[in-house]
Amino acid sequence: MASIWRYILAGLGLAALLVGIVAAVYLTLPHQASGPDTSRSKKTANGLFVASFEPERGVIRQGELQSWLLTLKTAAGAPVEGAAITVSGGMPQHDHGLPTSPQATDYLGGGRYRIDGVKFTMSGWWQLRFAISATAGSDSVVFNVVL
Amino acid sequence: MRHPASVVSLLALAALALLGGCGKPQFSDAEKKTIASLALNTLPALKADTTNQYADVPAAAALGSTLFFDVGMSRDGTVSCSTCHKIDRQFQDDLPQAVGIGHTNRRTMPLAGVARNPWFFWDGRRDSLWAQALTPLESPLEQAGNRAAFAHYIKKRFGERYERIFGPLPDLSTVPANASPLGSETEKAAWNAMPASQQQDINRVYANIGKAIAAFERSIEPEQTRFDRFAIDLATGAAPQGDAAFSPEEILGLKLFIGKANCVTCHNGTRFTDNSFHNTGVAPVEGLPLDRGRVDAVAQVQADPFNCLGKFRDGDESACRELRFMVKDGPQTVRAYKTPSLRGAAGRPPYMHAGQFSTLDEVVAHYSKAPPAVEGVSEVHPLDLSDRERAALVAFLKTLSD
Repeated sequence: MASIWRYILAGLGLAALLVGIVAAVYLTLPHQASGPDTSRSKKTANGLFVASFEPERGVIRQGELQSWLLTLKTAAGAPVEGAAITVSGGMPQHDHGLPTSPQATDYLGGGRYRIDGVKFTMSGWWQLRFAISATAGSDSVVFNVVL
Repeated sequence: MRHPASVVSLLALAALALLGGCGKPQFSDAEKKTIASLALNTLPALKADTTNQYADVPAAAALGSTLFFDVGMSRDGTVSCSTCHKIDRQFQDDLPQAVGIGHTNRRTMPLAGVARNPWFFWDGRRDSLWAQALTPLESPLEQAGNRAAFAHYIKKRFGERYERIFGPLPDLSTVPANASPLGSETEKAAWNAMPASQQQDINRVYANIGKAIAAFERSIEPEQTRFDRFAIDLATGAAPQGDAAFSPEEILGLKLFIGKANCVTCHNGTRFTDNSFHNTGVAPVEGLPLDRGRVDAVAQVQADPFNCLGKFRDGDESACRELRFMVKDGPQTVRAYKTPSLRGAAGRPPYMHAGQFSTLDEVVAHYSKAPPAVEGVSEVHPLDLSDRERAALVAFLKTLSD
């Protein structure tokens, strides 16, 4: 009798351990499959620049006009100055563009450009595309923002 | 022996409790978060309007209120703002298209929370509440007046009240009785014959009329509804009592609204609007003039001398970012109209920008079917909702009116 209980208990323990491991793996893995890449810093399409894109005040507020900062560095880490930047984008799942026309309004030094007029009017998956032209050449980068 | 047995029974009990808990939660955490974002208690305080230095001046609001209800503010003394924006009807008129001096081509919009809009009219052809208020005053189909006549009228009827708020009125002794850059041929000729400084003076009085009316309209705010009481109880974990309790049909409707039916995609936030413009495939009304929505409004708001970048704005240009960063072209502006607030909607048929649908059932059926747009591309995709689901959505929408 005692040994049967021991086996049941051991079985339960093993099952619990397994569930724990699966849960830990599930919770710690990046959920690439469930949504787009939302990293805020990445190489541009042709690898000319490293671009970072952050809300200027740190938080995203749905429905409000906000300014963001686009920071451009060369692959070697030098700030990219005097870049001409155009912004486009939209919601890939809704087949519509951006509700506003964001623009690069100021150069703040250190490769940082203020992108003003950004507004996300609804929750979901947004894309912002930057076409960048600088002395090193032209390149583009897409950032995904999920609200 | 006894020890392992009690462990097993404890585990069994825990599993049961877990199953019981997961059995039928009414709303997921994500749904609760969305519902809380729609509730009126999260409505922020009304922001200052720096483009209108009189926006929060009580005397300006009082004069604005007088003007809002004054039929003297029209060509023939029969039409006021309140003719279409009826105070006992959510500041709208229950008509498919507004009727002033003539018959317009658009549905009158209700005014609750209007001061929170970034854009005005169904197509956003004005960018401030005070610039909006000026437009019907000179529209030949609405109040059909002209700015020179309004200046004379203000001086005669409300001169003292006006001057206490805005300072001295200009000398009107040489200003024609009727003149406007937008009026009849004679009015335009009279306007063009005026010296630029006099035109400027009249435009200033005219802008101040709009600023006073806007100051009054800022007080018109949305009211708490059954939905808000339900949402507050849900957020605080209290069991909704009395009329705050939703029927199973209303709960299904709410779940559809924020889920499968995608209504909340555009009808979001405490006012149930994203303040943006969308083509939803609503067909035009036969017999009305060509109406292409936002695509034609862009040039109008840019050309408006009373827009945020014009010389009648108070404060600095930093208030003009909506205008500065607006989408100026592109296919998405074709037959795009503003997302209306749904608060109180059940109490004010007909619906859409030209009153195309006479009931909420028709509205929901339209979104379920999602017909293609006559011009441009509809952003709406077919939902194929069942009869029960459509009825549930309508039942939920009614909770925004009770």
